[in-house]
Amino acid sequence: MSTPRDERDRDGGQTPWLYRRRTINGLFWALAGLCLLLVLADFVYPRYGTFAFEEFPAAYGIFGFVAFVFIVFAGIGLRKLIMRDEDYYDR
Amino acid sequence: MIASFSPGLILIVGGLLIPLFRGRARQLFMLALPVLGAAQLLGLSNGLHGQIEIFDYTLTFVRADRLSFVFGLIFLIASFYNTIYSLHENDTMQQVAAPIYAGAAIGAVYAGDLITLFIFWEITAVSSVFLIWARRTAKAYAVGMRYLIIQVGSGVILLAGIILRTQETGSIAFEHIGTTDLAGWLILIAFGIKAAFPFLHNWLQDAYPEATVTGTVVLSAFTTKLAVYVLARGFAGTELLIYVGAVMTAFPVFFAVIENDLRRVLAFSLNNQVGFMVAGIGVGTSLALNGAVAHAFVHIIYKSLLFMSMGAVLHRVGTIKASELGGLYRSMPITTVFCIIGAASITAFPLFSGYIAKSLTLSATAEGGYVVAWLILVFASAGVLEHSGIKIPYFAFFAHDSGKRCQEAPGNMLIAMAIAAFLSVAIGVYPDMLYAILPFPVDYQPYTVSHVLSQLQLLLFAMLAFAILVRTGLYPKEIPSTNLNTDWIYRKALPVLLLWLGNAVEAMRRGAAARAQRRLERFILQVYRHHGPAGIMARTWQTGHTVLWVALLLGAYLLVYFL
Repeated sequence: MSTPRDERDRDGGQTPWLYRRRTINGLFWALAGLCLLLVLADFVYPRYGTFAFEEFPAAYGIFGFVAFVFIVFAGIGLRKLIMRDEDYYDR
Repeated sequence: MIASFSPGLILIVGGLLIPLFRGRARQLFMLALPVLGAAQLLGLSNGLHGQIEIFDYTLTFVRADRLSFVFGLIFLIASFYNTIYSLHENDTMQQVAAPIYAGAAIGAVYAGDLITLFIFWEITAVSSVFLIWARRTAKAYAVGMRYLIIQVGSGVILLAGIILRTQETGSIAFEHIGTTDLAGWLILIAFGIKAAFPFLHNWLQDAYPEATVTGTVVLSAFTTKLAVYVLARGFAGTELLIYVGAVMTAFPVFFAVIENDLRRVLAFSLNNQVGFMVAGIGVGTSLALNGAVAHAFVHIIYKSLLFMSMGAVLHRVGTIKASELGGLYRSMPITTVFCIIGAASITAFPLFSGYIAKSLTLSATAEGGYVVAWLILVFASAGVLEHSGIKIPYFAFFAHDSGKRCQEAPGNMLIAMAIAAFLSVAIGVYPDMLYAILPFPVDYQPYTVSHVLSQLQLLLFAMLAFAILVRTGLYPKEIPSTNLNTDWIYRKALPVLLLWLGNAVEAMRRGAAARAQRRLERFILQVYRHHGPAGIMARTWQTGHTVLWVALLLGAYLLVYFL
């Protein structure tokens, strides 16, 4: 029970639990740990896919990660092309 | 049931009667409409009912089969929780428009011929626009007009297709149509506009986010899914649709990343989701069609749930711009949980409804050997996670604390969200409930170890990518902005072009007028010179002169006579 009180003492009880650095770090590493477990699971339960490349270990993980990063960076690029002021159509 | 009329008719007629009731009676009456509609739907036996002979054609108001049943049922379920969601409002315009719109969509689903379909198709267009106009702002009026023009335009193209088809085949039956002739193409384009095919899509992102809090929730359920139904009925197995669908799933995700209005993000997401259904219809096998129909069913529920949660935020906070929100989970914890359930459903997390529906389409696409389309669909699945799974809940309820504090959503909104959330989880956990009512027998097991692990890997690694991008500061900030889309053509380019053309014509007209005036002035001057006070024709002659001229003329006459 001492940890939360210590946290409160340090930030004067202002920062909510979810916004504390400690919570955020904990969540991040928990997610990373889950991802690692899922890759290990690929070696225990080999995947049966329609296509050969699906059976490559961590294939879905790599695809998901790369796709996500690509979408975000493509979005940033798209902004340069199509972003206008908020009142663009009202002027 | 005594009479075999369309369940949609109950909602349309009931909607017209709503103004007769007041207060609690009106609320009860509105809630009774979808319940009565469901009773009628369940009482209908499969087959053709309500046929009327007009001229040489037979109109079929009710064609009940497994396909129309699924869509009719989900439209009624959506209509029911939508009504609960809007109980706090007392706006007769919306209260009348919403059931008529839903009833027209159900009427279209049960239409057994193309003319009946056309009639209900147009009623959906005209009734739904009032949900946008009900916001009663100048902007909403303009948006509504654009929406209406495009929706009615789709109806006009549909009508042209129907007339051509009827001339060629002599039949108005609404069966498989296909793209073998011009009529088929016209009908496909009309359906494509309502389904928001690429380049025909922007009415959706333009209009839906501008409707009222409750109106957007209602709009999200019917029009595009009606289009999915008619495509499944008329164009199943049209290979082009696989690629149209694949493009639809992919391109909106890039626009959704940078969109600041969270209801507009959901509109892009809607576009992306309908893409999965269209692709499934294109594949056309019984597994794929089951996938498209199942996806439409669960999509209506979780998309409503997401729109309802964002509507609740807009209702309480007064804005839905990501750049102005954040940290609301402390003020609206229950809404937050419902939103996350919607997000988990749309991203197809195992045990949520999206998973058991999308798996059918993806498996059918893979089994059909459409590698490219399949890869795009899997890619788009990561995109769904980005905008609907993470961005919506994250920027509204978490992210940086905006400092905004408000009340939890009203009780009726929470009940409506609870119903949608419950259904999303229940269907995810017990997929057989939904599989049992799909058009074709289902022999599919979504929960295999291999499949669950693959999906979890895809989603959790994508989430990891998000976490890393946020921690490294690479994730783009939300910026108040307008992002251009195809509506730029008719909102900016065409008006500018027309203005330019107008100016050019005006300049030409002025030039011509000036030239004509100059000519006229010259003519008048000439006339003045000859006939004016100093003109030769106005000169006065002395009598002597005249006598001299007469004598000369007579002399000349005599001379000519004697010659």
